[in-house]
Amino acid sequence: MRLRRKRRLIRAVRKSSELQSVQDNTCNIRPGHVLLVSTMRNEQIRLPYFLEYYRNLGVDHFLFVDNGSKDGTADYLAGMSDVSLWHTNSSYKSAHFGVDWMNYLKRRYAHGHWVLVVDPDEFFIYPFCDTRPIQALTDWLDSSAIRSFAAMLIDVYPKGRIDEVAYQAGQDPLEIANWFDSGNYSISKNPAYGNLWIQGGPRSRVFFAETPKKAPALNKIPLVKWNRHYTFISSTHSLLPRGLNQVYETKGGEKASGALLHTKFLDTLTAKAQEEVTRGEHYAASREYLAYDKAMKEHPQLWCKWSEKYINWRQLEILGLMSKGNWA
Amino acid sequence: MNPVGIIMLVHTALERAEQVARHWTASGCPVVLHVDQNVDTATFRTFRKALEDDPLIRFCKRHRCEWGTWGIVAASQSASTLMLAQFPEVRHVYLSSGSCLPLRPIHELVDYLNQRPRTDFIESATTADVPWIVGGLDVERFTLYFPFSWKKRRFLFDRYVDLQRRLRIKRRIPQGLVPHMGSQWWCLTRQTLSAILEDPERPTYDRYFQKVWIPDESYYQTLVRQYSTSIESRSLTLSKFDFQGKPHVFYDDHLQLLRRSDCFVARKIWPQANRLYQAFLTDPASAMKRTEPNPGKIDRVFTKAVERRTIGRPGLYMQSRFPGRWAVNAISAKPYSVFQGFAELFEDFEPWLARTSGTRVHGHLFDPERVEFADGETLINGALTDSAALRDYNAESFLNNLLWSCRSERQCFQFGPGDNQAIQKFLIRDPNAQISVISGAWAVPLFRSNQNFSDLRREAARLQQIEAAFLTKLRAQETKARVRIWTMAEFIEAPMEALQSILEELGPMAPRHLGEAPKMSELEGFGQFLQNLKNQGMHPYLMGDFPVEPGPTHVPKPPRKPYLVRK
Repeated sequence: MRLRRKRRLIRAVRKSSELQSVQDNTCNIRPGHVLLVSTMRNEQIRLPYFLEYYRNLGVDHFLFVDNGSKDGTADYLAGMSDVSLWHTNSSYKSAHFGVDWMNYLKRRYAHGHWVLVVDPDEFFIYPFCDTRPIQALTDWLDSSAIRSFAAMLIDVYPKGRIDEVAYQAGQDPLEIANWFDSGNYSISKNPAYGNLWIQGGPRSRVFFAETPKKAPALNKIPLVKWNRHYTFISSTHSLLPRGLNQVYETKGGEKASGALLHTKFLDTLTAKAQEEVTRGEHYAASREYLAYDKAMKEHPQLWCKWSEKYINWRQLEILGLMSKGNWA
Repeated sequence: MNPVGIIMLVHTALERAEQVARHWTASGCPVVLHVDQNVDTATFRTFRKALEDDPLIRFCKRHRCEWGTWGIVAASQSASTLMLAQFPEVRHVYLSSGSCLPLRPIHELVDYLNQRPRTDFIESATTADVPWIVGGLDVERFTLYFPFSWKKRRFLFDRYVDLQRRLRIKRRIPQGLVPHMGSQWWCLTRQTLSAILEDPERPTYDRYFQKVWIPDESYYQTLVRQYSTSIESRSLTLSKFDFQGKPHVFYDDHLQLLRRSDCFVARKIWPQANRLYQAFLTDPASAMKRTEPNPGKIDRVFTKAVERRTIGRPGLYMQSRFPGRWAVNAISAKPYSVFQGFAELFEDFEPWLARTSGTRVHGHLFDPERVEFADGETLINGALTDSAALRDYNAESFLNNLLWSCRSERQCFQFGPGDNQAIQKFLIRDPNAQISVISGAWAVPLFRSNQNFSDLRREAARLQQIEAAFLTKLRAQETKARVRIWTMAEFIEAPMEALQSILEELGPMAPRHLGEAPKMSELEGFGQFLQNLKNQGMHPYLMGDFPVEPGPTHVPKPPRKPYLVRK
C-alpha cells in the first residue's frame, strides 16, 4: 500500500506538467484557510451558484482545474481573488479522471489545510450547515483528532422529465431538482482500502436495476485535513493511507457524517451525456453516460411515489443518510 | 470594587479573552490573566498592551500549560497568589478560561456569592464515585507516576503505565489526603484558597501532585477538603464533556439553550460564535430571571449526542455506522416475523395474517423471480424496488433498508427453501427475527402441482436438503433469533394453538381469541404422495409422520371455536 501511495504521488507530480497556470492567487492562502479543489469541463453555467454556495459556507480559496472548457469558464473566473485556475487539454481519463491533477495541487498548496474536493454539481451538506460555517466543523474535527469526513453522494432529481425545466445561471439547482431516494442504498466493505462501498439511489434503481454491480459508487470522503503524503485513489471514494477511510464506526455508534447533494440531473445533462459518450473520457468507457443517454430517450423520469422531497440536513439526519455523531 | 475576582487562563483566541476580561472589569471584578507560555512573546506583548489601560487587570507569571500536566495548576496558583495579594477586597476567586462566557449579568453572580460568603463552589468527589473517568485510570492517577505527556508521547505514556503496573509500583499519598476529583473550574473563598496556598506542607503536596495525572482535576479538589468549612460540590461553570473527555463547544445556534440554562458561566464557546458573544456581553437587557442554575436541558442535548456516537440508532446501516457482524449493536431496526411453510400450508395465510394481526405481511421477499412486497407493490418505502437483481446484489442491505424504512410498522414475510438463501446468516444471528417454521410444508405446492413426477422428486430432494440445513442452523446454540419449529404433521394436529401462539407474539394488536382461521389446503392424498416419493427412493422426513391414508386427526371443517387453556 505504501508503494501504491508513492506511485500515485509520483504520478501526480508527473501529470502536473500537463497543468498550465492561468490565474494564480495562491499567495492569498493563509494558514487555517479552508480550500476547495475541483476539476471541471464546460460547467460555466453552474459556477455562479457554486461559488456563492461555498463562499457562504466559509470556503476561503478555490483551486480549479479547467479541462478544456470552451464556454468561457476562464473568462468568468478572471479577476476573482479567491480563485486560482489551471488549464489543461490533456486526457481526463489518463489523469485518473482528474485525480492526479488534483492530488498534485493539494500536495503543493493544501498541506496542513482542510480541503474540500467536490465536483461543480455537488453541494456539501454537514450537520448544522444552516447555522454554523465550515470552520466550526473543521475546528471540531481538529479538536476531536479526526482527519477525514465522509459525505455520501445523494442524487437529487426533479419531479417530471429531467429536461423539463431549463436551468439558469446563478439559480439554486435544488429549486428544480429537489427529490431523492431515502432508503435503497446497499453497503459493503471494500477490504482493499477499508472504505465502505455504497451503491443505490435513483441511478441504481432506474439505470442499473439489472446490473447493480456496475452502478456508480456513492461513498465519498470529500473533506480531509490534507498532508502532502496523502493521495486520493479513485475520485474521492477512497484515500491512502488507509486510516483516512475509517470514517465509519464498526462497534455500533455513529460517527459524524454529511452528504453531497448531486445535482447532475438537470436539463444540462442531455447535452453533456451526448458529448461524453462521443468523448469517452469517463470511468469504465463512460458506461454511466451511455446509460443516461439511452435512458433519457426512453424514460427520462426518475421520480417515483416513494421519492422524498429535500428539506434540510435535519431531514437527512432523521432518515439516517447522515449523522451528527457526537457533535451537538 | 467587587468582592469577586476572576482568574482567566488563556492560550488561544486572545481577542475573545480580551473582550471577556473587559466585560468582567466593566462590572468591577478584578481579573488576573495567565497567558500560556506557548503563546509567542510578540503576541503576548500586543495582548498585554491592549489591556494596559484597565486598572483592574493584572498579568501573572507565565507557565507552560499542557493538557493533563502540572502547568495548569501552577498557572492557577500564580494567578491566585497575585489576585489575593493585589486585591485585598476580593472574597471569592473564580477560576475561568479564555473560552468561558458569562451568561448572566455579573451583578447577579456577585449577589449570588454575597448571599453565600462562606461557601466554596468546587466539584469534589472521591475517585470511587465518579462516572466520567476516561481511559481507565482512576485510583491509579494518584498511585502511579506520569512523567510523559499523554497527548504527545502516548506510546511512552502507555508503556510506562504498563511497566509500573507490572512492577506493582504504588506511590504513597501524603498523610491526611484523600484523593478527590472534579471539574477544574472552581470558585473558592479567600479563606480556603489562602489556606491551600500558604499551607506549610504545600511543597510536599505540590511535589506529589506534579506527578499525578491531570492534577488540575484533583489538586484543589483534594486539598479543599482539608480546609473548607462549607463545600458546595458543583461547579458554577457549565461545562459538558463528551465520551472522549473533551469539552463540548457552544455555537450560535445554542443561544436559546444557553439563555434557558440560567447558568452563570459557560464553557467552552467557539471563538467565532459572534452571536453568542454579542448577546451575552453587550446586551444587558437579555438578563435572565434570578433562578438557580438549571443546566438540565443542555445536559439532555449533550447526553443524547454522546449516545448517538457510542450506541447509535439500532438497525441503521449507513456511511458512518456500519456495525461489524458480531458487534453488540448489530441488530435490525425492529422485531419482525419470518414464516416458513405457512403460505404453503394455508391457501390464504397472508391476507388472513394481515387482517387479524394488523401487521404488514409481505410474500416471499427473497423469491428468485421478484421481491413479493405486500399488496403486490413494486416499490416500497425508501424507494426500494422489487428487482430481484438489486436485492440479490446485497441481500442484507436490502432487508436492513426495508426494516429501517418501515420501522413504524411490524413487518412479516414468507420465506422458504425455494428462496434465495443468502439472507439465512443474517436472520439467524438477529435477535429481532421471530422465525416460525412448519418443516416440510414445501411439499404441499409440489403435491398440488402438475409436474412430472421425476421433476417433482428432484425438486423435493433439493428443497428438503436446503431446509434441513437451515433447521440445523436454527437449532444451533449461537442462534440469536427466536425460533419455533413444527413438523407439518405436528402442526396440522393442532393448528389453532400454534396460530394463536404466533399471533400473541405479534403484539397487542392481535386478538385475544381467534375469530377466524385461515383455510388449509386440501391434503387428501398427501400421505400417498409422500409414500410415492419414498417409493422412488427419496426420503421425505421433514414433515413428520404422515399416514398413507388420511387418519382421524384430519382437521374438522368448519373448525369449532377453539378452547385454549391460558395461564
